[in-house]
Amino acid sequence: MGAFTHSLKELHTMLHNNEITVEALVRQALDRIKEVDGTVGAFLRTDEEKALARAAELDQQLQDGTADADEVLFGLPVGIKDNIVTKGLRTTCASKLLENFEPVHDATVVESLRDAGAVTVGKLNMDEFAMGSSNENSGFYPVRNPWNTDHVPGGSSGGSAAAVAAGEVPFTLGSDTGGSIREPAAYCGVVGLKPTYGRVSRFGLVAFASSLDQIGPLTRSVEDNAYVMQRLAGHDERDSTSANVEVPDYLAALTGDLKDMKIGVPKEYLGEGVSQGVRDRVREALDTLKDLGAKVEEVSLPHSKYALASYYVIASSEASANLARFDGIRYGVRRDADNLLDTYLKSRSEGFGDEVKRRIMLGTFALSSGYYDAYYKKAQQVRTLIKQDFEDLFLQYDVIIGPTAPTTAFKIGENIDDPLTMYANDILTIPMNLAGVPAISVPCGFDEGMPVGLQIIGRHFEEATVYRAAYAYEQAVGIAALPEVKGGAQS
Amino acid sequence: MERISKEQIRHVADLARLELKEEEIAHFGEQLDDVIKAAQQLNELDTTNVEPTSHVLDVRNVLRDDVVKPSLDRDDVLKNSPDDDEGQIKVPSVLE
Repeated sequence: MGAFTHSLKELHTMLHNNEITVEALVRQALDRIKEVDGTVGAFLRTDEEKALARAAELDQQLQDGTADADEVLFGLPVGIKDNIVTKGLRTTCASKLLENFEPVHDATVVESLRDAGAVTVGKLNMDEFAMGSSNENSGFYPVRNPWNTDHVPGGSSGGSAAAVAAGEVPFTLGSDTGGSIREPAAYCGVVGLKPTYGRVSRFGLVAFASSLDQIGPLTRSVEDNAYVMQRLAGHDERDSTSANVEVPDYLAALTGDLKDMKIGVPKEYLGEGVSQGVRDRVREALDTLKDLGAKVEEVSLPHSKYALASYYVIASSEASANLARFDGIRYGVRRDADNLLDTYLKSRSEGFGDEVKRRIMLGTFALSSGYYDAYYKKAQQVRTLIKQDFEDLFLQYDVIIGPTAPTTAFKIGENIDDPLTMYANDILTIPMNLAGVPAISVPCGFDEGMPVGLQIIGRHFEEATVYRAAYAYEQAVGIAALPEVKGGAQS
Repeated sequence: MERISKEQIRHVADLARLELKEEEIAHFGEQLDDVIKAAQQLNELDTTNVEPTSHVLDVRNVLRDDVVKPSLDRDDVLKNSPDDDEGQIKVPSVLE
């Protein structure tokens, strides 16, 4: 059977024409994972027994004629990032501290996919607690880029992107706090959407930075992405930050028509620090969009260069508060000591990896007495200016476009102990989290054999416009190919 | 601003409930110092009278009716606890 290469819609049609069964699709995923994941490392664990049992139920529904014939996700295997809780299926955030954590409920997005008939086959590797841009911070093993296994897949949803690129599953869920869906999507040559903040429920997403985190889909194509997003979007009373805003028909936005669309291209996003190869591919993509009838103009997001510093202060501050709950008392791995304080200290110090400790330290510092105004409050004020930059441009432009990442995927080990260089990979994705706006990464060709991502950014709750632009571009250049991934021994 | 002292690093680690080895104090201290220096770039901007943004959407005080609903089963929740006894989570001694 090999890699998944069909669109979700094609798989759906095959299922309903009795050309294939849900069981066969689930087995294809499990077999493909066995075949290549020793090399790729995208999955932390699979749940073969439950997935096959669920497949049998769904096949029965198909036979009985009770399956929803309009539900495209019905019967399709999915991988879930390991910071999204799954009832009865271990959820570790790729941290040793949560190695034994078995959630007692499902995240809202997991429920939604289950209700649609998708089958969770396993949990996806990531940077520990979603902190990282390369997946080298997994507490268990790194993920490798399916295009070249010496390179990183990006992070923190590296497993989610690599699993799609390696054809292990047709779609996955990731989470994006500062680029964690879009950067790995760009590095692995797949499509990844970070929705508007509040568009998708965060209930059951283990919190990293609560004012920035969003869950979103990673897929091979824009159409696939829209099908998944249609199921994820919507209000959830269990997440008080989820927005009660009507969900449009995303598929209806995929018209291929770009006439009169106004596109702004921030000069800051094609300047210094962005590699020549990435700039060339993005300029070519902009030419394609012009040929399709869009109006493309150079614009400015003047506070762009301050986004990185603002983000690292805010995200780390929120993380230092959110991760205080991991103390070895109610769940997770406890390191026994003589008294309570030493139990906290040992459980946390032995359970967390270096990057998580660095961010907790930074956040604790920024929130500590005497430094709060100078760092945390200042960063929040700068966040306001960054948000206003976007609001100003969106008065005149329908979407803003630039690269997703300043370079293609770098080599494993290249930046691992240099936080500032590593953080700079997120310079083009962070501003959207600070502003809360939706953004997608779509493949736009290659530089020296590695994929380049085009980032399309929209107004709050205008994912449909983002999809419209992304789809028209993708139709013009064709859906990106997947790499040849060969199996190999467990690294 | 001066470099962050080892005492400050120890204090922050203490607040964060992290126990750092001597070499970690030196190593993290240096990295933290670099990141904080980079963050001082924000001081180039005049933010007088700029409201801080803690949340991007205009949502506040989300209220709902106070209706009793089933909550998670206690035995299920305790399954994840490292140590429990008689329906409660056990911890090491708090007082000497």
